[in-house]
Amino acid sequence: MLKLKKSDYDSLRRHGEETYPYECCGVLIGQMDGEQRVVTSIVRCGNTRNDSPHNRYNIDPRELIRIQREGRERGEDIVGFYHSHPDHPAQWSATDLAEAHWIGCSYVITSVENGKAAVTNSFELTGTDENDKKLVDEKVEIG
Amino acid sequence: MLKIHIPTPLRPYAGKQADVAIEAGTVGEALSGLVSRHPDLRRHLYTDDGKLRAFVNVYLNDEDVRYLQKEATAVRDSDTISIVPSIAGGRAGLQIL
Repeated sequence: MLKLKKSDYDSLRRHGEETYPYECCGVLIGQMDGEQRVVTSIVRCGNTRNDSPHNRYNIDPRELIRIQREGRERGEDIVGFYHSHPDHPAQWSATDLAEAHWIGCSYVITSVENGKAAVTNSFELTGTDENDKKLVDEKVEIG
Repeated sequence: MLKIHIPTPLRPYAGKQADVAIEAGTVGEALSGLVSRHPDLRRHLYTDDGKLRAFVNVYLNDEDVRYLQKEATAVRDSDTISIVPSIAGGRAGLQIL
């Protein structure tokens, strides 16, 4: 399960509206609480896929290193990522799964229809390695 | 000794550690030392033919080693190596040409 503050939930959805018709992306920072991922903050990132931003995203690893370092100074860690699907369902695609490698983290997807954030879903990347990884629906608790 | 940052998904295979201190002269030696100490990491970092997996980015401080001397890049005790699996995806589908 993923726990998100309302302000962070609204913010990641708004990010998708701002970058429409291109995909937005960002990082979820927080802590594990048992099996739950508790998000304490989100960090917007740039999408380096300038060649195909309407249907692909990529986060620069240098941004991740900085974000991770800053989070760890506060005793926090990367617990997931978010991105948007312009005019496309908030469901993971074959590309999303193929390029997901952070097993144990949440992948949040927001559908943005005609510039407005519609549905936001979250999926946990489960499995033990590249051969058996799966994106599984997970509940999102907003509060 | 230099420090290797272990990303969240790989910590279960590195004794649950977020950082591992290793003695090495190059990036390659550091990664070899890491997988020698934690053999379960090997299949997550390397393909069956011993190459670093394409989605595994290795940074020496803030530099991608692909743009330095790759695994031959020299390291110092004050350096930090970060292992950063790619974050990418998207709805994909038909490409607009």
